[in-house]
Amino acid sequence: MGSNMAEAHPVGFQWVMEAKEKGATVIHVDPRFTRTSALCDLHVPLRAGSDICFLGGVVNYIFEHDLAFRDYVAAYTNASFIVHRDFADTEDLDGLFSGYDEATASYDRSSWQYEHEGDGGTLAEPSAREHAAGHSHGSGGARLEGGSGPIRRDPTLEHPRCVYQLVKRHFARYTPEMVAEVCGTPLEQFLKVCAAWTSASGRERTAAVVYAVGWTQHTTGAQLIRTAAIIQLLLGNMGRPGGGIMAMRGHASIQGSTDIPTLFNLLPGYLPMPSVETGRDLATYLEAVTADRQKGFWRNADAYFVSLLKEYFGERASAENDFGFDWLPRTSGDHGTYRSVMDMVDGKVFGYFLLGQNPAIGSAHGRLQRLGLANLDWLVVRDLTMIESATFFLDAPEVATGEIVPGACRTEVFFFPAAAHTEKAGTFTQTQRMVQWRDQAVEPTGDQRSELWFFYHLGRKIKALVADSAEERDEPLRALWWDYAVVGDEPQADDVLRRINGSDEHTGRLLEGYGELKADGSTSCGCWIYSGVFAGGVNQAARRTPASAEDPYALAWGWAWPANRRILYNRASADPSGRPWSATKACVWWDEERQEWVGRDVPDFEKSKAPSYVAPPNAVGPEALDGDDPFIMQADGKGWLMAPNGLEDGPLPTHYEPHESPVRNALYAQQANPTRRVYPRADNPSNPAPPERHGEVFPFVLTTARLTEHHTAGAMSRTLSYLAELQPALTVEVSPELARLRHLEHLGFAHVITSRAAIEARVVVTDRMVPLVVQDEVVHQVWMPYHFGARGLVTGDAVNDLFGISLDPNVFIQETKAATCDIRPGRRPSGNALAELLARYRARAGITTETGARFDTAVAPGGAAGERRP
Amino acid sequence: MRIAPNSLFGPVEDVAGQAGHGEHPPRMGFFTDTSICIGCKACEVACKEWNGVPEDGMNLLGMSMDNTGGLGASSWRHVAFIEQPRRLAGSDAGIAGLPVGPSGAQATAAIVESALRRAPRGGGELGTSAFAPDHVPEVPVAEGPERMDFRWLMLSDVCKHCTHAGCLDVCPTGALVRSEFGTVVVQQDICNGCGYCVSACPFGVIDRRPGDGRAHKCTLCYDRLRGGLEPACAKACPTDSIQYGELDVLRDRATARLETLRERGVVEARLYGEDPRDGVGGFGAFFLLLDEPAVYGLPNAPVVASRDLPAMWKAAGVAALGLFAAALSAFMEPREP
Amino acid sequence: MGMRGWLESWPVWRQLAGSDPLGRGSAAESARQRATRPRTADADRVVHSVCPYCAVGCAQNVYVKDGEVIQIEGNPDSPISRGRLCPKGSASKQLVTGPQRAEKVRYRAPYATQWSDLDLDVAMDMVAERVLAARAKGWQERDEHGRPLRRTMGIASLGGATLDNEENYLIKKLFTALGAIQIENQARI
Repeated sequence: MGSNMAEAHPVGFQWVMEAKEKGATVIHVDPRFTRTSALCDLHVPLRAGSDICFLGGVVNYIFEHDLAFRDYVAAYTNASFIVHRDFADTEDLDGLFSGYDEATASYDRSSWQYEHEGDGGTLAEPSAREHAAGHSHGSGGARLEGGSGPIRRDPTLEHPRCVYQLVKRHFARYTPEMVAEVCGTPLEQFLKVCAAWTSASGRERTAAVVYAVGWTQHTTGAQLIRTAAIIQLLLGNMGRPGGGIMAMRGHASIQGSTDIPTLFNLLPGYLPMPSVETGRDLATYLEAVTADRQKGFWRNADAYFVSLLKEYFGERASAENDFGFDWLPRTSGDHGTYRSVMDMVDGKVFGYFLLGQNPAIGSAHGRLQRLGLANLDWLVVRDLTMIESATFFLDAPEVATGEIVPGACRTEVFFFPAAAHTEKAGTFTQTQRMVQWRDQAVEPTGDQRSELWFFYHLGRKIKALVADSAEERDEPLRALWWDYAVVGDEPQADDVLRRINGSDEHTGRLLEGYGELKADGSTSCGCWIYSGVFAGGVNQAARRTPASAEDPYALAWGWAWPANRRILYNRASADPSGRPWSATKACVWWDEERQEWVGRDVPDFEKSKAPSYVAPPNAVGPEALDGDDPFIMQADGKGWLMAPNGLEDGPLPTHYEPHESPVRNALYAQQANPTRRVYPRADNPSNPAPPERHGEVFPFVLTTARLTEHHTAGAMSRTLSYLAELQPALTVEVSPELARLRHLEHLGFAHVITSRAAIEARVVVTDRMVPLVVQDEVVHQVWMPYHFGARGLVTGDAVNDLFGISLDPNVFIQETKAATCDIRPGRRPSGNALAELLARYRARAGITTETGARFDTAVAPGGAAGERRP
Repeated sequence: MRIAPNSLFGPVEDVAGQAGHGEHPPRMGFFTDTSICIGCKACEVACKEWNGVPEDGMNLLGMSMDNTGGLGASSWRHVAFIEQPRRLAGSDAGIAGLPVGPSGAQATAAIVESALRRAPRGGGELGTSAFAPDHVPEVPVAEGPERMDFRWLMLSDVCKHCTHAGCLDVCPTGALVRSEFGTVVVQQDICNGCGYCVSACPFGVIDRRPGDGRAHKCTLCYDRLRGGLEPACAKACPTDSIQYGELDVLRDRATARLETLRERGVVEARLYGEDPRDGVGGFGAFFLLLDEPAVYGLPNAPVVASRDLPAMWKAAGVAALGLFAAALSAFMEPREP
Repeated sequence: MGMRGWLESWPVWRQLAGSDPLGRGSAAESARQRATRPRTADADRVVHSVCPYCAVGCAQNVYVKDGEVIQIEGNPDSPISRGRLCPKGSASKQLVTGPQRAEKVRYRAPYATQWSDLDLDVAMDMVAERVLAARAKGWQERDEHGRPLRRTMGIASLGGATLDNEENYLIKKLFTALGAIQIENQARI
């Protein structure tokens, strides 16, 4: 679901085909029938953006038919934990949870917490610290004071406020009939999925879920994946071979780009950036990152963080100066890429770097992106080839409309040619967290350089410029450790990787893993989860020993973080007593004789901690993990069916309609995610969605995806003849039914219209697209690939121009997988006529800056709160 | 000099040996199993990268996901996509219960066909502007009964490396040769671009390249085979739909695969070109299909155009060769040891 | 070339004297055909690499001769990809050797309607100066409550997710020291 694996990840799909040959049932749930569907046992259509309802229906099916893997659920999840009595569910509040504040469109999460033994029902910690935004949580997920216990629990799972019963109640209305009504999926198809999925559960059998940006690019993206996690936990499919939830990531090192991030909210290893709230000093920051009384390895975040500061500032970082903590910048809310682009339009950002990225095509709301580019002091573009985000002043559509006037646009543009993957050494981290080293094959030519070269020398030059500065703010630049090994003028990637691995500050010895990290400044480490990549002084990522019968996990091929584990939380592959659930599904197990965990994978558990181990009452951190707490990064050691902390939009996933939807939410009065990020501005209009009127102006569901033959914004495919010829034109795929409705002709032109843009494409009429019945109405879906732009061997309009900016509140990812649109035959107008067409559409739909900006849709527009069902 | 039986038609035991290769490797070929093809076109690109085949036109053809159109001088692998409103055994497309009307497959195919018919060079020149809206013929979007099911077939087509290769038989310059691997290869340093081979191929595989003029087609990566490597397309193929190996081994594997599929109820599965008794003596590159060959654009019963050559040879050819031989022997005799 | 050599290179003779009477095989082979071998056999070295497109992480072998990439194909040893590549991975050689690759720094001055050339080192110096200027222009020391911010809102960055880990590390490190926080990546998109 949410993945078109055969098309977007063809080589990975070989394993799906192999599993199918061995008897696995392969199901593709997707709005379209794709090349993936063609090879599956079952294709199940659904309306784009209705996935939580679909998955919630599966959760309900599990409860209704009592199909949970009870032994697993009772031991390894938080099913038995009792939640605070003040908690109110969407069942009680018609689509909202307790703690909602409409003024800030956010939740106070204190009533979502567990009850603790002896706390008499008072809230464990009604502290402001619980309000840390979801985006600021680290890899250990949420801080959870009291996670180490004693949490009240009911092992019988009967208590009405235990997590098990709350989850059951929450999803009770997600009946098969409701799924059919909301998703448009025929009832029988949905039940086939339920039967197949739940049968792959238990000791002998597992099921795996594969998703991609079809799940993330929604205003409910994080919760969508959470719903799958709930199913997989209930069925006992986490931490086991053939189980899990697989994110098929779309770029060579997009996993690495979050592990060792260039993201506003994160430092390496998912440590949060300091914020105005947490940034007073080191102690305040660390207290916000982890709670004192919580379990697991995230409790040691102080060691990870101080070691990072030691890598950043070397000897200048000491206990006396909080290891340079005060030199770090502080965030205050949303500084994501979309926020920044709006700030560019508003003249608040002066310089912009684009490093192998083409937002004029690849980011939502292309027009806003290009207007932002045109309103900078300067822009640096580094890429393999000249891209639309560099040439916007010549060939942007806004040049035709007069919104960008080349001779009047002040942005100074520097284009630097980049070195290709064969022209530099370094590591990519692929989609299974595996770090793989590339050797350099050849030298780049001309001015082509690696990013490593560019940033190393930019840093060197900047450090030289501020060397004699008296400005206090230049101090961190002067203190910055920047003495990486250089050969010729090229900084050495393996030296950077060594620094990322970390070393003993006194002896210089490379560390074996993150277990060695200290919070006293005696170790340095650029990214704690990567510690061990240079274990034994060997570049583990460069290992290339093939798989064998003795080593099916290929543990000597590359290196997977953390600690070269291939299946995360694989302690759960054994039963509570440490024995594999079954011989066929054995992964790691407890060896009584050796008194340690052994197996085919690297055990994701303390090696000598026995399954029977019970932590002492006041233990915290790793020591507090019991022998049957497999989820060792979690604050309570358990898999979370319900998330007491860490999510902005509720402790349980809830079906909300997309920001732009043709239908009213059939499940609750609450229409869309009440905490989604919207930016109501004249240049970011939204199409109306119920209960707003005039949604009929944009009656169709629009969704986008990749083609096998192209890559992302096209710079690496539209420019290559061998790929461009395979998909030479932008197309829009419609069903024969929609074609008849709108008089669209196969291979003729059509234009697709939203309140932001109208773009043209060649029509492909195909049986692969089908209409659905949603709440007794026929809903048509329109699909487009988003790879095209003005440059390259093949060109076309930018599909992302159609989308506005509305974001998931947890991760600030935009909703580009479900929007509404109109489609009409013929080419779009251009220049002023195009602007007039859009203005007419907006007028017909009554669009203002208020459209889409109201959060609580149970409250009548006049302000009377009477509509919400108690 | 003796011409072996079945030199031009019928089964041949040792195709390379018959072509004068003394000690030679076993006959090598492709088995393309369309039941696991995902239509990714890696074969098309890998072929072009290895063989330096130029791009073949930036043409949106509207033939499902196929914008290559067919095999030709600059497309040595071609992935065909067939959309059909019928069920693929063992799978469920999820159409049942949806508010669907008639299939659009016939109508869209008619549009493509009509455009191709009007194209002077049979469609090769169709560009993204060829189907301007005013040129789209008036074909109803869809008519007929409401569609009940759907399946999407994909096939990576390639030169068949026939046991009796029409292209080779008619080549007057000796540019086309049977290699020691039993494959059929154009020698670019010999080809003079006469084009006889083009019409001799029952599959329309070989063609002359505009600008270059010479005939081109799949060589089964002859150079790679010489180095013990597998052809580029087979090596790249993500799902192993394209399998390379000794033809005898592949035939056995294909028979077993067919049996497996039939046991699973995929009754429409069939082998195409594996039979040495067919009109071209069997393919060196054969297929497992899920429908009639014609559905994929392949002839149901291909026959080598040179089947009737033997009769002509008897009448005239042998005599002519005899004259040559006599002259040459006289020329050579003094130098024979 | 003696008569014998000349004759043996003449296909008609080979056809008559040899075992290929119809001239469809060995008799018709040219010298070039007989000398054929894969170009990878002449590579100076084979370099281990990883495909730069999606995140599956298929292993590539890069064949290099005289400092040029002459072929890129899958490495069969990989437990992930087993030597296979998709169409994009199979187009990797064109990606790195094709004419679309830009080789020179290009510069567009404010209000200019065309590109001009610029020396790489000069461009680097200009960017370094502009970074410090934009940083100063957008500097925020404290918020309205007097809490430390120590940051600049004057600089933003958006990186692709084909950057190496080592590159991302230096990017984040340098920008953090500069106080630039609007540092983003495709991973957000």
